[in-house]
Amino acid sequence: MERSALQALAQKDFMSRDELESIQLKRLKNIVSHAYKNQALFRSRMQEKGLDDTCIKELKDIQKLPFFKKVDLRDTYPFGLLCVPMENIIRLQASSGTTGSPIVIAYTKEDVACWQEATMRALMIAGIGSGDILQNAYGYGLFTGGMGLHYGAEGLGVTVLPISSGNTERQIKLMSDFGVTAISCTPSYFLHIIEKAKQLGYDFKKMKLRHGIFGAEPWTNEMRQRIEQESGIKAWDIYGLTEISGPGVAMDCPARTGLHMFEDLFYPEVIDPETGEALPDGTEGELVITTLNKFGMPMIRYRTRDISVIVKGTCECGRTIRRIKRIDHRNDDMLIIRGVNVFPSQIEAALLTIPGVQPHYHIIVRRHGDLDTLEVQVELSAELFGDTIRSIEVIQKKIGNAIKSIIGLAVTVTPVEP
Amino acid sequence: MKTAKQLSVFLENKPGHAYNICKTLGDAGINIFTLSLADTNQFGLLRLIVEKPEAAGEILKKAGVIVNITEVLAVKIDNRPGVLAKIYELLSASDINLEYAYAFAMRRIFLLRVSDNEKAFQILSGNGFSLLSHEELFSNENEN
Ligand SMILES: [Zn+2]
Repeated sequence: MERSALQALAQKDFMSRDELESIQLKRLKNIVSHAYKNQALFRSRMQEKGLDDTCIKELKDIQKLPFFKKVDLRDTYPFGLLCVPMENIIRLQASSGTTGSPIVIAYTKEDVACWQEATMRALMIAGIGSGDILQNAYGYGLFTGGMGLHYGAEGLGVTVLPISSGNTERQIKLMSDFGVTAISCTPSYFLHIIEKAKQLGYDFKKMKLRHGIFGAEPWTNEMRQRIEQESGIKAWDIYGLTEISGPGVAMDCPARTGLHMFEDLFYPEVIDPETGEALPDGTEGELVITTLNKFGMPMIRYRTRDISVIVKGTCECGRTIRRIKRIDHRNDDMLIIRGVNVFPSQIEAALLTIPGVQPHYHIIVRRHGDLDTLEVQVELSAELFGDTIRSIEVIQKKIGNAIKSIIGLAVTVTPVEP
Repeated sequence: MKTAKQLSVFLENKPGHAYNICKTLGDAGINIFTLSLADTNQFGLLRLIVEKPEAAGEILKKAGVIVNITEVLAVKIDNRPGVLAKIYELLSASDINLEYAYAFAMRRIFLLRVSDNEKAFQILSGNGFSLLSHEELFSNENEN
């Protein structure tokens, strides 16, 4: 793509709210009508509510529409939600459900282009472009991470190294040999790369790596700090989910006050997860996304199960598209222990505050009578344990205190082998 | 300074774990000279003196075991009464902490983990104790 065309693409993040909202309204009307005409499930749910495809008069009317949930994708597996003939579908991606059927997402040619636009815009925010070498260590294949970043980077004229995930030693060797400037993978995998690189005697300061595009799992600010301290690179948070298209739904900016959602393509709402009621900007709840420009399998008011906030006000970077708060936990990860909400990401965050401790853990909840107890099994490493009982007890205590200071509950910390 | 190399192995609290480690080493043909086990109700520590500590360490690491090699002092002791008390006395008089100690009684060797190997070595050898290197532990001359 020409430089001027790329600039125009990046400028979309800065359009006036009026212009943006008129695009959103036009696209919302269009996608609702498309889904209503072509998808039985959406049509029947609309009819149950006494609605038809003319119900959208203003953006706020989106709140009348029924929700979609992951279970709907499972129930209609594989192609029940398709809104175009199969011959118009040029790509299928799937996410491996840990239970039951996987979910399948079908893309038309235009849908693939829309997804590519989103990942290009995301990478441009990080300042990645022609001249960069991106090591794409997201998994290639049915998982959207690999393909998503690949097309985005290629669209920008970035040199892409489609290495996929795994074989960490080779990742590090090529990163060093090829002068890779950016890497994309899950943040936890990058921590593993850092650990392995240290063992192998590589020095990140001597490498050209400057940027990491990290996503596909909830991660905390503590994890970001750990990554940046230990590798000296800038860690960017990219958000996306297969159901909506893949990575590139929202992206960090230099201000780090939230992730900008590409609102002209993906319309964000936050709802009360209990009542389904739409919440005003600035209030925490479950993130709901509507794909405004995706026709093969549009998602209307898709409940992501991700807990976030639409950040109020404009960002200091000048982008007008709204931000969502970084997602560090999922709604369905929540444990309730003695009346306290506990998220695994909080345990992870606590572990990351202790040098040398890796965020590899198991949480075990036990019920003794009416009392829940929490045990956290943490992987010990040779460098942490020394050779005395005392050295391990010191670490146990540190971990226990760090967790307690975050979740407010005492836990049993058990050191275990990796 | 002469020191012996000890394998310090972290043991998860699960049955038969110490046995499995000894068996792994035995299967690899590595002789265990002596060992000491310390445990709490959550985990344990196994300390081993083996003939080839580096090789043994690699074998255990490959088996997924967390292991460190620690330098300890190996002191020959004779049958005179009060000799252990004498060692403690010498170390504490020089502000050296004794972290732990265990013995290989048949060979009259005392293994000491102290806060300062160098200093402890000087003091003990200066007071007539004979300290062995790792290799000397396994040479026949020191067989009693
Ligand atoms: Zn911004």
